[in-house]
Amino acid sequence: MILAWLILVPAIAGVLAWAAERWSRAWPRWVALAGTIVDLVLAVRLWIAAWSAAAPPPGHWLVELNLPWIDALGIRFHLGLDGLSLLLVLLTAFLGIMAVACSWTEIQDRIGLFHLHLMWVLAGIIGVFLSLDLFLFYFFWEMMLVPMYFLIGMWGHERRIYAAVKFFIFTQISGLLMLVAIVALSVVHGRATGVYTFDYVQLLGTPLSPTTGWWLMLGFFGAFAVKLPVVPVHTWLPDAHTEAPTAGSVVLASLLLKTGAYGLLRFVLPLFRDAAASFAPVAIGLGVVGVLYGSVLAFGQTDLKRLVAYTSVSHMGFVLIGVFAGTALALQGAILQILCHGLSTGALFILVGALQERTHTRDINELGGLWPIVPRMGGMTMFFALGAMGLPGLGNFVAEFLVLIGTYQVSPTAAALASIGLIISTLYALWMIQAAFQGRSRETIRIRDLGAREMAMTAALVVALVWLGVYPQPVIDAAVPVVATLTTGPQGAAR
Amino acid sequence: MLYWLWLVPAVPFAGFLILVLAGRRLGRAGTAVVGVGSIAVATAIAFAIVPPFLALPGPDRVFTQTLWTWMRIGDFTPTVGLRLDALSLVMMLVVTGVSVLIHLYSSAFMDGDEGYARFFSYMNLFVGSMLVLVLADNLLLLYLGWEGVGLCSYLLIGFWYRDPVNANAGRKAFIVTRVGDTALAIGLFLIATHLGTLDIQLLMARAAAAWAPGSALPIAAAALLLGGAVGKSAQLPLQTWLPDAMAGPTPVSALIHAATMVTAGVYLIARTHVLFALAPPVQFAVAVVGAATLLLAGCSALTQRDIKRVLAYSTISQIGYMFLALGVGAWSAAIFHFMTHAFFKALLFLGAGVVIIEMHEEHDMFEMGGLRRDLPVTFWTFLIGSASLAAVPLVTAGFYSKDLILFDTWSSAAGGPWLWLAGLVGALLTSLYTFRMVFVTFFGERHRAPAGRAGWRMTLPLVVLAVLAIVAGFVELPPTLGDKPYFTGFLLPVLPAVAAIPARALDLGRLQIAAGLVSLAGIYVSWLLYGGRRATVTALMRHPSALVTRRFWFAGWGFDWLYDHVFVRPVVWFAFADRHDVVDRIYDGLAWSSRAGWRALSATETGRIRAYAAGVTIGAIIITTIVIWT
Repeated sequence: MILAWLILVPAIAGVLAWAAERWSRAWPRWVALAGTIVDLVLAVRLWIAAWSAAAPPPGHWLVELNLPWIDALGIRFHLGLDGLSLLLVLLTAFLGIMAVACSWTEIQDRIGLFHLHLMWVLAGIIGVFLSLDLFLFYFFWEMMLVPMYFLIGMWGHERRIYAAVKFFIFTQISGLLMLVAIVALSVVHGRATGVYTFDYVQLLGTPLSPTTGWWLMLGFFGAFAVKLPVVPVHTWLPDAHTEAPTAGSVVLASLLLKTGAYGLLRFVLPLFRDAAASFAPVAIGLGVVGVLYGSVLAFGQTDLKRLVAYTSVSHMGFVLIGVFAGTALALQGAILQILCHGLSTGALFILVGALQERTHTRDINELGGLWPIVPRMGGMTMFFALGAMGLPGLGNFVAEFLVLIGTYQVSPTAAALASIGLIISTLYALWMIQAAFQGRSRETIRIRDLGAREMAMTAALVVALVWLGVYPQPVIDAAVPVVATLTTGPQGAAR
Repeated sequence: MLYWLWLVPAVPFAGFLILVLAGRRLGRAGTAVVGVGSIAVATAIAFAIVPPFLALPGPDRVFTQTLWTWMRIGDFTPTVGLRLDALSLVMMLVVTGVSVLIHLYSSAFMDGDEGYARFFSYMNLFVGSMLVLVLADNLLLLYLGWEGVGLCSYLLIGFWYRDPVNANAGRKAFIVTRVGDTALAIGLFLIATHLGTLDIQLLMARAAAAWAPGSALPIAAAALLLGGAVGKSAQLPLQTWLPDAMAGPTPVSALIHAATMVTAGVYLIARTHVLFALAPPVQFAVAVVGAATLLLAGCSALTQRDIKRVLAYSTISQIGYMFLALGVGAWSAAIFHFMTHAFFKALLFLGAGVVIIEMHEEHDMFEMGGLRRDLPVTFWTFLIGSASLAAVPLVTAGFYSKDLILFDTWSSAAGGPWLWLAGLVGALLTSLYTFRMVFVTFFGERHRAPAGRAGWRMTLPLVVLAVLAIVAGFVELPPTLGDKPYFTGFLLPVLPAVAAIPARALDLGRLQIAAGLVSLAGIYVSWLLYGGRRATVTALMRHPSALVTRRFWFAGWGFDWLYDHVFVRPVVWFAFADRHDVVDRIYDGLAWSSRAGWRALSATETGRIRAYAAGVTIGAIIITTIVIWT
């Protein structure tokens, strides 16, 4: 039942926050914060339990919940937790707290409604990470989309409607592709075995002809590729990230993109082993293109949020490469990259948001010389920019290094090309620092440095990134069973 | 005591943390105590480790300390582990010893700067990273230190970030070295994939067992490592960042861009020498890179006016000597020159720093002049450093180390007369530009009065380094001059001796005389040109070809121009031209065409019965036609 609570706590907290607005403007914030903290506590307790218990045999889940839902169609309310989903739930709860905290002063309008939407996005995301029924998965997939649309459209910046609609259309079309693939998979399975079901575990062994497997795999891949995002279906991302309020950008970059990566690991690879293996060269190629194209475009941006948004395209390219390279090192790297990118990019959006709140601009050309005025903000931005460029000692380095080393075992060329991304990341990271914080300030502006709340948030993220950089073993250990099942495929076995 | 080894890098890191977290509350004195004190403690521990290290059962004394396993995935298990052997001991002692002197100097030099605490936090972070680099027992941890020192180099070059020139120089340094670092990273991927480990000793053992000399894999591996080395050590073709790096405060140039970080490439190649020995073409390339770099940079040094840029090109050139030595298999000669160079070049930079602040931030040597009476201590120590750089025979450390390189280049089976000749011409250039600098700065007319700011904290390091710039050479006396090869003997368990051709080794005496004469001749010529009224050199410079050459050399042989046009501009152009993401135009097109379709269709919705009736009729006709025809 604890799994259901993981989803219910934010959902209920959201409704309470909405209702609480009638008492005071501060109440919704505290309710939402309490909700995310409770969620994190639950997740951490699960982690401790998983750590102390013996690893379950393959095919079993650390915790499972299986309730009847729509029996006639073989749809069940089936939730399950393994190492991978545990890590992602932890990330979601942790960054959920950040998302609430970073909206503390920014959102002053329809506060209750804002937190309702925010909490429901989080609930949907956790649902996505826990669902073991494909229909339920699709349900949560849609559930996180709608409140996100409103978050961008109602609390966003100048071009929020354009961005929200674009985000919605991209995700919705690709989501429908996936729905078709889900139903088709269930039908194929039903025809072959006589059991019509949407249950993940039962569908795992579905015999598929190469052509069917290929098309169904593409249906899933399409949905996840848009979310990840993969070049060339990435163009919703810069607009959505830029126009969203800070919390929206944090949730989008740090969590929503991760559902795409999670989908690849949880569904595309295990359900369509052979098709995914034959598709791997294409996917790795797309990943390399994403790494390079995203980082070059980031370098060309003048809007700070847009710049950070394009770095996500680049970094998620590493995830795509790592997932499809399929070696243990690459997969571990991809999972670490999911977490570290979530932390470092979330932090960058928080910092850019804080900067915009103070200066009312995100335009690099209007900033400059801020370091002496706001040294703490400068130092923190420097830290996370260095994280983004993969400086050793921080988690992002371990992640990218593992992805590249694991990819090298499969394709030295792809690894070498993706490594060029490391050079280009230096370009944009250093340019961002110089343009905003170095040089002379245009006029004598007086803005506040980071306050206690903001320092606490960024410091927590710093600690997490350093920890993942110098001792990532707990995360690696948690992911070992999942990675072991993913590498035993035709490609993994060969290595 | 040996178990304190981990403290040597840890104490500087702790100093960094204290300065970052409490920098503003410490005050000026507190900052200096923490900043200099942490390095002093680390140095004390480093030197205290020497006796127990020497007491280890020899000859190949080794102490390893594994702190924790960084990550464990299958059999990929890089550790956070330190390895102390003869090579890393020498590196550790030089790094800590020079660092503590430069930190002491900086505490006075940076006094009054608003970023006092920031400066020392970066410096401490640098020393910690550098120590990790030299002590790491595996390439992944080495890479951590490698990137860490690169970061500190960037931060400290752009320390005075208000001026975009400085910030740009820092950025350039980081980006150019990162090109090399990326090659190194790919080399690590290759090694980890094919040898299954990044542990340095283990990978060298496996490489020697599994790879045939001259086969493709060791060549690729060594070439990629060389890529990293030329980036960090500012060798051709990635040398362009170092002259600009002089934008940083002078103690930074002394510590990072002369004594320690820029020699990391030399250390890397010496550390992984087995790989290079397995790849003769790459090893030859190391020698050629070194020879070419030392000549090109020597010429450029000859034309600079900024005293720090002279020293920067000189550093590039001297590291070229170290590469030359590595290329001919004279591993320990390279490390020997690294050590003496660390002393005399740090000394020269610190002396230049004194001159610069005494001259009110003037960098142009030709605006100085006549300083030998005003700044006697600086003058004499600078003179000693210059003599050592120019390798004045018998009495200077630079003579012994450079002479060893020249001799090994001549006699090694991998070397030969041509490489030796390049080294000899380089020696002439070295003493020419060095004493040009000395004569222009300290002799001749006095242009302005010094400010009188240098206190004991600045002069003491000069004196100590001056002593070292003389005596450090006596640890390795060649056969003709006492025959006491202590230094190479000490390193022998780690770095094998040169594979010399016995017949050529007999020429030692003649080579030494040649090298000594060249050094003295260079000094004499520069006295003729720059010692007096400089009439000759002024006349010489009027010649058009001399003008063109000078401008070309002054600009570092046009490499900046070339890279600017070939790499920088295209990338910047593309990034800015595609700022609005050409891929999005596809979706704009989709949106536009659906909107156009909507407009076209809604245009038919006119409300006129006639039009609808016509539409129905035409539609009916078309459908009927299709039905009939098919």
